This record gives sequence, C-alpha cells and structure tokens, in this order.
Amino acid sequence: MTELHWLGATELASALDAGEVSAQEVAGALLQRADEVDPSVRAVLTRTDERLLEDARAADRRRAAGALRSPYDGVPVGYKDIFVTRGTVTTAGSRILEGYVPPYDATVVQRCSAAGLPLAHKLNMDEFAMGSSTENSAFMATRNPWDLERVPGGSSGGSAAAVAAGIVPWAWGTDTGGSIRQPASLVGIVGVKPTYGVVSRYGMIAFASSLDQAGPLTRNVRDAAALLEIAGGHDPRDATSIPGPAPRLLDGIDAGIEGLRVGIVAEFMQAEGLAHGVRARVEDAYRRLEKLGAELGEVHLPISLEHGISAYYLIAPAEASANLARYDGVRYGLRVDGEDVVAMTSRTRAAGFGAEVKRRVMLGTYSLSAGYYDAYYGRALRVRTLIKQEFARAFEHVDVIASPTSPTTAFRLGERTADPLAMYLSDLFTVAAPLAGLPAISVPCGLSPDDSLPVGLQLIAPALQESTMLRTAYAFEQDLGFAASPEGRPPL
Amino acid sequence: MSDAFETTIGLEIHVELATASKMFCSCPVAFGGEPNTRTCPVCLGLPGALPVPNRKAVEYTIRIGLALNCRIAERAGFHRKNYFYPDMPKNYQISQYDEPLCVRGHVDVPTEDGVLRVGITRVHLEEDTGKSVHVGGSGRIADSDRSLEDFNRAGTPLVEIVSEPDIHSAEQARAFVSELRAILASLGVSDVRMEEGSLRVDANVSVRPVGEGEHGAKVEVKNMNSIRSVGRALQYEEARQRDALRRGEMPTQETRHFDERTGRTSAMRTKEFAFDYRYFPEPDLVPLTPSRAWVEEIAARLPELPAARRARFAADYALPAADVAVLTASPEVARWFEEAVAAYGGEPKRIANWVTGDLFGLLNDAGVELTEAKVTPAGLAALVRLVDAGRISGKQAKGVLQAMFDSGAEPEAIVAERGLEQVSDEAALQGAVDEAIAANPDAADKVRAGNLNTIGFLVGQVMRRTGGRADPRVVNELLRRKLVP
Repeated sequence: MTELHWLGATELASALDAGEVSAQEVAGALLQRADEVDPSVRAVLTRTDERLLEDARAADRRRAAGALRSPYDGVPVGYKDIFVTRGTVTTAGSRILEGYVPPYDATVVQRCSAAGLPLAHKLNMDEFAMGSSTENSAFMATRNPWDLERVPGGSSGGSAAAVAAGIVPWAWGTDTGGSIRQPASLVGIVGVKPTYGVVSRYGMIAFASSLDQAGPLTRNVRDAAALLEIAGGHDPRDATSIPGPAPRLLDGIDAGIEGLRVGIVAEFMQAEGLAHGVRARVEDAYRRLEKLGAELGEVHLPISLEHGISAYYLIAPAEASANLARYDGVRYGLRVDGEDVVAMTSRTRAAGFGAEVKRRVMLGTYSLSAGYYDAYYGRALRVRTLIKQEFARAFEHVDVIASPTSPTTAFRLGERTADPLAMYLSDLFTVAAPLAGLPAISVPCGLSPDDSLPVGLQLIAPALQESTMLRTAYAFEQDLGFAASPEGRPPL
Repeated sequence: MSDAFETTIGLEIHVELATASKMFCSCPVAFGGEPNTRTCPVCLGLPGALPVPNRKAVEYTIRIGLALNCRIAERAGFHRKNYFYPDMPKNYQISQYDEPLCVRGHVDVPTEDGVLRVGITRVHLEEDTGKSVHVGGSGRIADSDRSLEDFNRAGTPLVEIVSEPDIHSAEQARAFVSELRAILASLGVSDVRMEEGSLRVDANVSVRPVGEGEHGAKVEVKNMNSIRSVGRALQYEEARQRDALRRGEMPTQETRHFDERTGRTSAMRTKEFAFDYRYFPEPDLVPLTPSRAWVEEIAARLPELPAARRARFAADYALPAADVAVLTASPEVARWFEEAVAAYGGEPKRIANWVTGDLFGLLNDAGVELTEAKVTPAGLAALVRLVDAGRISGKQAKGVLQAMFDSGAEPEAIVAERGLEQVSDEAALQGAVDEAIAANPDAADKVRAGNLNTIGFLVGQVMRRTGGRADPRVVNELLRRKLVP
C-alpha cells in the first residue's frame, strides 16, 4: 500500500470506510510527515497538532457510533492562513496580525468542520495574498517540494507545497489573480478557482473583494470536486454569494469529453515569455484532449493578454487599499504607540506591513484619488467589462478554453523579488478568469523537458460550468496518469 | 456695499433608523448600554467579516423617500467612503455616492408666512460610526489624555437627507427641521431624538449682500442638539456673517461648532482640509434593485403624514391652528387625542384644552412622554364628562387629573374615594347655608340691603363648611331665596 501521506482525500476516505486505518492514524502519519519534511519545505505557518488529533479522535468516535457527518469525515484538511479560525492564530502572512486569534470561523472552515474534516494546520502565504511566490510572507519563504531552491508559487504557496509534499491530502487556498492555479501548476497538483460567488468569502481575509475566491488545492481532480461540494453553495453571510445549494460536481465527472469543443488561446501561445518546456507540455496536453474526443479550435483573447495585468493591478490594489485600512492598531493586531492616534496608526502600519503590501496600498490609494479615478480605476473597470465580453464571445464557439497556467515553471527563490513587474507577469494567463468571474482549474500535464519541473494546464469554463471544466480535467488527468503515479510526486 | 443681506441655508440631516438590527449585521440597535456589548465581527470590522444589507433599513429609507416626494431609484448602489478615524471600524464607511436610493423630492413646510417648499436633493442610506470617549481634560479631543472607543452604535442604519439651499432664515430652518421630524415620527422609522443623536442636523449657511450673484463662503454649523438650537445657532451664525460683511470682511469657509450654553458658534477646524474620500463601488455588496411592486406596496402602507393630519384636525375637530400644531406634533399625541375625543363624544375643543393645558403641564413637570403617562384617553374623557355633568367642579377636576396622573386610577374612583362629588341637593345644603348666615350677620345684612356682590363671600363660607363639595350654583340660589326679598 502507498504510504498514508501520499493518499488523496478520496483514497483516505475509502481507507477509513474499509477500516484499514483510523482517522487518528491518518492524523498521526501526517504529523510525522510534517515533522520530516516541513523543516525544509516550510509550508506550515501554525501547526495545529493538538486540534488535528482531537478532531481525528472525534471523527473516530463518530465512525464507531455510525454517525458520520459526510463521506469525508476524518480526512484532514489544511487552510491557507487567510481563513479565520476560531481560537487558532490567523495572520494572513502579515506582522500586523501576528498572534491574532479570531473569535469566529470562516464559512469554509465551518462547513468543512460540519463535514467532519479535522483541521490540519494554517498554511503559509504571501502577505495578504499579495504575491506569486510566497516570498512576501512576513514570516518565512516556502520552498517548492520539487526543488527546495525554487518557489512554490503564490500566494497560496503554503497550501500548494503542503499538498504536494504530503503534509496534508488537500487544502484550501484563495485565488485573486491566480493565487491557487499558479502555485498548483508550479508544484504539480490540481488547483481550482470557482466561479465568483460559488464559495463564501465570509471569514476569508479580504485582499481584493471583487476578485477573491476560495478554492481547493488537491492531488487529483475528483478531490477538488468533492471539497467544492463540501463547502460551496449560498451563504447568507456573503451578499455576493450565488443563491442556491452547493454545485453537484462529482456526478458525471467521469462521463468523458467526446465532442467537447476546446478553444486554445492563440495569443497566450504566442506570448513572449512562454517557456519552451511549458509550451511543449501544454501542446502535448492539447493533443491528448483531441485524442480523448475533444474538438480543438482557436479562440482569441487579445484584450485579456494585453490589458489584463494592467487592469488587475489597478483594481486589486484599489480594493486592497480600503480592505487593509482596518489594520490601524486600534482594535486588534499590532500596535506601535505614538503621541497621538495619527502617529500610532502610521507607525503601526509602517512596522506591520511589508514592502509589497505598502506598494499596493499606495498604488490603490493613488488610483482612487480625485482626479485620477477616471484615468486609472475607472478605466480598469471598463477594461474588465471588455474582458468579460471577450470571454462571452469566445464561449459562443467553445465549451472550455485551454492554455498554460503559468508562462514558466517554478523560478528560483529571490529571482523575481527585486523586480515587481517580472513577478506580476507570473499571473499573465491567470488574471483574466477572475476579472471575468469565471471558473478555472490548473491540472498537471507532466514535467517540463527543460528542467523536469511540473507544468500546469489551465482550463477556463463559462460561469457556473464547473462540472464541464472538472469533467474535462478529470478525463485528461486519468488518461495522462501523472497524478496517480510516483512520477507525479516530488522527490522528497 | 448694500446694507441688505440675504441668507442661504442648506441642511444635511442624519437619521438613525429604529430597525431591530444594525445595517449590515444582526446586532441589536439600541441607545446606550455597556460599551462594546452590542458588537460582532461585522460591525467591529474584524478581518474576514462581510456586510449583508438590512432589508428593513432599505424599506425605511424608501418610506422616507416616498414621504418626501422623492423618486425611488430602480437601481441604487453602495460605495466605500474612505477616511481614517478610530471610531470607524473599517476605516471606510459604507455609504451611497452617485446612486442614492431616493432623489429629487420636496417638503412643504408650514411657516408664519405661509407654506415654504424646500427641495430634497437626495435621501441615502449608510452606516453609523462608533463613539469616541475622550478621557481627561475638557472631554473634547484636543486636551484629552486618551480616547476610548465604544462600537455599540457602529453599523446602526443611518439615513442622510440633503436639502436644496431653499431656506433663507433661521426660523425657516427651524420650521423645516420641525416638520421633517414630525414626518419621520409619523413614519415610525426613527426615535428622532435630537438629544440622543438619533436625529442630527448640520447646516450650511452663507450670507451675501442682496443682489450679489455669488454665494458667500459656505459655513458648516454642527452640534445643534435640539430644534430650538437649530433656530438659535443659525440666528447667531446669520448675524455673525452679516456683521463681518458689514465690517468689510469675508466670512471664511469653515466648520463651526454650536455651544448650547453660550448660544454662539466657534470654529472647529482652523485649517480647511480638502478631504478626498476616494469613493468607489462597495465590492462586498450587490446593487439594490427595489422592485416597482415593492415600492408600491410601501407607498400603499404609508401612514397619514403631518400635513394631511393637520388639515383633518382643523376640519374634523374645528380646532384653532395653535391646538392643531401641538396635537399633531407627534403621531402618538395625535392618536392619544383622537382616542380621547372618541371616548368623550362631545366637543373636541374641550378635550384639546385639557390635553394642551393641564395634561401637558403635568407631563412637562414630570418629564414624561404622553405615551408613558398613566392617564388614559378614556380616563380623561370620563373626567371631562364628570365636569360637564356638574358632578365635580373644574377646579376639583384639576386635582383629580393630578391623581390620575400619579396613580393611574379612574376619575370616578378618585372622586368617590376623596368624597369630592358635588352636593346639589337643596335639603342637604340648607343647614350649611343657615349656619353661614348666622355666623356672618354683617355680610347677610349687606345682601339684604341689596349689595348682591357680597353673596359670593357667603357662597365661599358655605363651600368651606361642605369641604368644597357643595354645588356653588345651588348654594347661590338658596342664599338669594333666604336673603333677597
């Protein structure tokens, strides 16, 4: 049998059902794995060993009593440290929230607990989800399990690395401009950004409210579908959440893609900066989709490519400048005293925020200022509308849009930290989907022939068409066989 | 420079809505209480918390908009108004900017010079802030040692009503606020207590020489905590600006604080900040799209408004304007009065006199609202009927009312208990009359001599002997029969 820490969530659920293993044994194996590899991977910000074991004990008791809360009862889940957890420190990767203990659980956490998923650690991230490498965490840089000198991507780098390294079977991340899909791609796992509004944002510390969306990072497509079913669906606490129950995504996930129309984004494949090895693997993937019965065509997203990054880096910082205003030292978190409230707030924010956060707060404040609003924020909103229209036109001809997730494989630690623009281009192919509110997934498509690092295939679907997207990804994953094989695991 | 000046006043009025829960969370709305006991992650702005709009607050705002003859927007949006202040949990206020719920209305204000129509620019919905308590020094921020924050009020639904600059005197402003308060009270959407801050008035005042095209500098006046203060503050401010202009000085654009004690306004901020609130659409909320059917339903359920009620009171009850104004000042008073009139069944003016006179006197002295008083409308009606029937005197009735006010007892019971019922039976009074004549021979002689004015003295003597219970008309008649040939 495969070691417990390499099992996916659905496989663990089966093992629990079969009585081959107890939830406490699973938790113990994962904690042992964390002891072994996390000192080098550094994915975990706050270990919750006691809570995990306690939750696992409770799960075993429920199983013994025949009172399971869900088919996944007893399968631990990790959380990006952006989800507030009652009684457990939540920092969003920032000094300004160092030691902050929230008094309530995020809806995602609440629903996973209600499904019996033991809480397994708060995972590292770029500060307030601002970054593409997890190097902007105020506490530590997470390493890519495939090469410890490289980044795991970001901002959900801790979640991605923890899943890839076998520290947790699955984890929650958040995606604003690519923060789930890009790290998933860079560490060779599955990452889903759902349609905006499918998963509640309540209790998810806000970066850019109109773009932020929680989603699963998992070892396989089926697990991603299952985690979305557990925590998705309308939440009365989030006014932007879509009415209706959680989407049913597991039904028909294995129905195949015969006749499915897949659009290749012409502009993305011609983009400057698309690495040779990434292109090679993604083109293999397109051929594989065709072999599986899909009809390939070309779609055009020129505005998304040319203006997506610019629009994203105006809208997200503008919203962030307001979202982060509450960290002022008055009510919670860090306070650095001053002679009056203005000095106290200034000093608190100067000490509590990192360079990237300050850069974006300033950018956002500037772009919302009187006299600049129309030229910057207002124009970015108009570009956003054009991008939505561009996708709508593309989806008149295809069911799913395919592209590389990231233009490159994992880059080296420090390689892009000195050049924010180079870092921002990591999101080149991923910012369009959140700008348009669309669901997108990154699914591994093998290792790059150039550097033997994972490459991700991105699939984007029309709003609320997660099932089509997951069915496509599932068919591809099963045929490729990468995720299920030892080749799909990092040498760790 | 001409010696005639004209004043232009525009008002901004904030109304705390009396909804059960706050604007964006389910914490209860109430005044006062232990600091920070009515808070939750949402109204404290904790990381991750999200706002969900209170539908009742939206309904109340539409109700206000309809009562002020506004157009109700088919699509309204919330914006974030960004500024740092310690009593604001998120350091932005969720407010409305270019898509308010209600626009372009008016209020017809009764004034001594007839009806004044004041335009309403907009009515919008936002959230209130918490309260800073400054410790040490005078209690104002400048010389305090430190500040404490109470977030009980944070997130209370707040409606902002902006008037057009159609007001041209302090008295008009006072009348406008008074009428607006009466309208809001009728709607039942707010406590409208200026002292408690559930109705807050800010005024923009500018004075210029008559005929000059340019408006003068706009001065914002704050801290007017009663309707009377509105009149006093603006009167002072008008005079202050006029005097400055007479001296050849231009009033500066600034915010001024009204001091209730001195009756003066003083500059609040020496430097004029050009605030940039960086408004942008609130991404945590979706636009409000009140359906036509809903708006019509709200309109259909609008209560009678003060203007209509005044007209009806004048017509149906034949009351003078002064009585109408007092009796319609609040819907509770109006309802109380109408119940009393219905229970009484006689001339409404009789009830009006008792309510506006003795009853309001008792209420004022005790500092009690009519709705909290122990006297019921039916009780007052019964009391007035006792007077009408001659069973007690008007003077006795005042004492009975006081007793009703104190104990809540029925007038009949008080009269019986105190043995107040008037004695009009001639046989019963005869003894007392004879005694009074025997004890006051001089007075009796004067009457016999034709000095009828002295009868009153003898009547008083009989009243004293009967403990005030004798019917003075009967006593008078008996004395005449005895003494006047």
